[in-house]
Amino acid sequence: MDKFTTHTGVGVPLKRSNVDTDQIIPAVYLKRVTRSGFEDGLFAAWRNDPDFVLNQDIYQDGTVLVAGPDFGTGSSREHAVWALQNYGFKVVISSRFADIFRGNSGKAGLVAAQVDEKVVQRLWDYLDDNPGGRITVDLEAQTVSSADGSVIDSFDIDPYTKWRLLNGFDDIGITLSHEADIESYESTRPAWKPATL
Amino acid sequence: MGRTLSEKVWDEHVVRSTPGEPDLLYIDLHLIHEVTSPQAFDGLRLAGRTMRRPDLTLATEDHNVPTVDWDKPIADPVSRTQVETLRKNAAEFGVRLHPLGDENQGIVHVVGPQLGLTQPGMTIVCGDSHTSTHGAFGAIAFGIGTSEVEHVLATQTLPQAKPRTMAVTVNGSLPAGVTAKDLILTLISKTGTGGGQGYIVEYRGQAIRELSMEGRMTVCNMSIEWGAKAGLIGPDETTFAYIQDKPEAPKGADWDAAVAHWRTLVTDDDAVFDQEIVLDAAEVTPFVTWGTNPGQGAPLGASVPNPADFADEQDRVAAEKALTYMGLEAGTPLREIKVDTVFIGSCTNGRIEDLRLAAETIKGHKVAEGTRLLVVPGSVKVRLQAQEEGLDQVFIEAGAEWRGAGCSMCLGMNPDTLAPGERSASTSNRNFEGRQGKGGRTHLVSVPVAAATAVRGTLSAPADLEPAFA
Ligand code: SF4
Repeated sequence: MDKFTTHTGVGVPLKRSNVDTDQIIPAVYLKRVTRSGFEDGLFAAWRNDPDFVLNQDIYQDGTVLVAGPDFGTGSSREHAVWALQNYGFKVVISSRFADIFRGNSGKAGLVAAQVDEKVVQRLWDYLDDNPGGRITVDLEAQTVSSADGSVIDSFDIDPYTKWRLLNGFDDIGITLSHEADIESYESTRPAWKPATL
Repeated sequence: MGRTLSEKVWDEHVVRSTPGEPDLLYIDLHLIHEVTSPQAFDGLRLAGRTMRRPDLTLATEDHNVPTVDWDKPIADPVSRTQVETLRKNAAEFGVRLHPLGDENQGIVHVVGPQLGLTQPGMTIVCGDSHTSTHGAFGAIAFGIGTSEVEHVLATQTLPQAKPRTMAVTVNGSLPAGVTAKDLILTLISKTGTGGGQGYIVEYRGQAIRELSMEGRMTVCNMSIEWGAKAGLIGPDETTFAYIQDKPEAPKGADWDAAVAHWRTLVTDDDAVFDQEIVLDAAEVTPFVTWGTNPGQGAPLGASVPNPADFADEQDRVAAEKALTYMGLEAGTPLREIKVDTVFIGSCTNGRIEDLRLAAETIKGHKVAEGTRLLVVPGSVKVRLQAQEEGLDQVFIEAGAEWRGAGCSMCLGMNPDTLAPGERSASTSNRNFEGRQGKGGRTHLVSVPVAAATAVRGTLSAPADLEPAFA
């Protein structure tokens, strides 16, 4: 996993609330057995609409998605995070994320930056006035800012996820460094607990 | 101060706890299926890691398997690749797999309980959000992403921040003919799809106690639909009786030791929840959704709401979008909505009790002209049991399609999908845009409502049916 410190890129306004993972990537696109290539299914249903934001040239290189509240609800599919990343997104900004989506993002290195609802609105205003405008996300300082300086505000992220993203730490490696704890826990499990084999 | 049930189960599984970090939680049972596991096994191989506990892992094929001709090669090449990949991985890593054709093949959340592998006080995870189903037994059970699947494969643990606790107390008894499904749909429409966010929810109170294990699973299954991390119900005599004769239940002295421990898994009287919601069961009526998220629902006796009546701006916009997508006019009585397809199945309502209830409603009736009824058992075992009881004949005589086991039209990954614009009444748990097929329109309903709807061709309750002449 790559380290994430700060990122500046084209902001993409997604003016919808309750964007569930079926909208981010519909189930029919999940049939791959590899980890890449999921960008073809990103917001697939909406991309049929020529007016959809990702179909506009100016947002082609978008890397910072600015979405309405309750982003990533619904199915736990991590493909939603992969699809966003495969497409090129580094950060999603919203006023509320579904828990599973937030967890999946942190693990895969996509920053889920939670901001006040008003900040989303101001970023949208900024992007309306400056289509293709850039947004900077500074993880160390936990700030989001627009290139013209009209928006500078803080975002929330849990400290543990932040630490990992800053260092690019992979989960399994961290846990395996505590293998002795796992072994000692296993030695205390009751014998009647079920096993499959 | 006392502890809640979920805090007790949580505490029993903490491998390592460090201030400022998530707890490292031990996982008692890891369920896997063909869709969310291939990349996890791939990641394991790429990193040169091994699987820690294949003996605490169970695999089934469910999400995209066909429900007809399941003895033939899977026609869809991608589905076939996923299923073959699962078989290959299970063989390579020594995981127990119940493949197509096996008596224990079926939806992973139906199979765990039917084998008796789902027990009180466990931690259970699966790369599927409806893992919350297993909470019905007093387990902490939640859905995880593919990276977490890989993490559990490699370590049998998961780093997890401790969620807050919530109690949903349902006082009184549900009226006759009203089911667990109506209860949970009512709750979600009251709280909204984000109402449970960040919580492990304990469902309690008389109405919950009075539910069968099947009903409790239906309630816990849909916890995720109002945003909760997990839902659970304190184990009691109903729970123990359900588990006792199951193949993987503890036997002899182990059974006694297990039950003795399970009896301690209750929320202490002086425990404090971070949040509490109280509901009156007597007020719950048959409930259906009209929109494109599970919170957009109303009593069957009501009409399609007018978006202008929503005080909240976001809700109003969401309702407008939903009605456009659903092709519905505000003010139309819900009972007048014509339905093309009725789907009875899924991990929400695909168990034997659900099929019995459906057969009871439908017996002696015919499926309405222009409507199709698909009955998909949650597992092969449920299918066989239903056939032993003659339920399949009731469905077939009524004109329904009696299928093999799997997720089927719940998510439309196999050939069972809605056509664009087609409308369904579905006993599943999600009515998102395109969930059951691109452009498909889903109304979430209970089993009796689904069965009555199949007979009348419009959203209906059993009370709307003319008496059947057997
Ligand atoms: S039946 Fe539906 S909700 Fe349940 S596991 Fe299958 S796809 Fe998921």
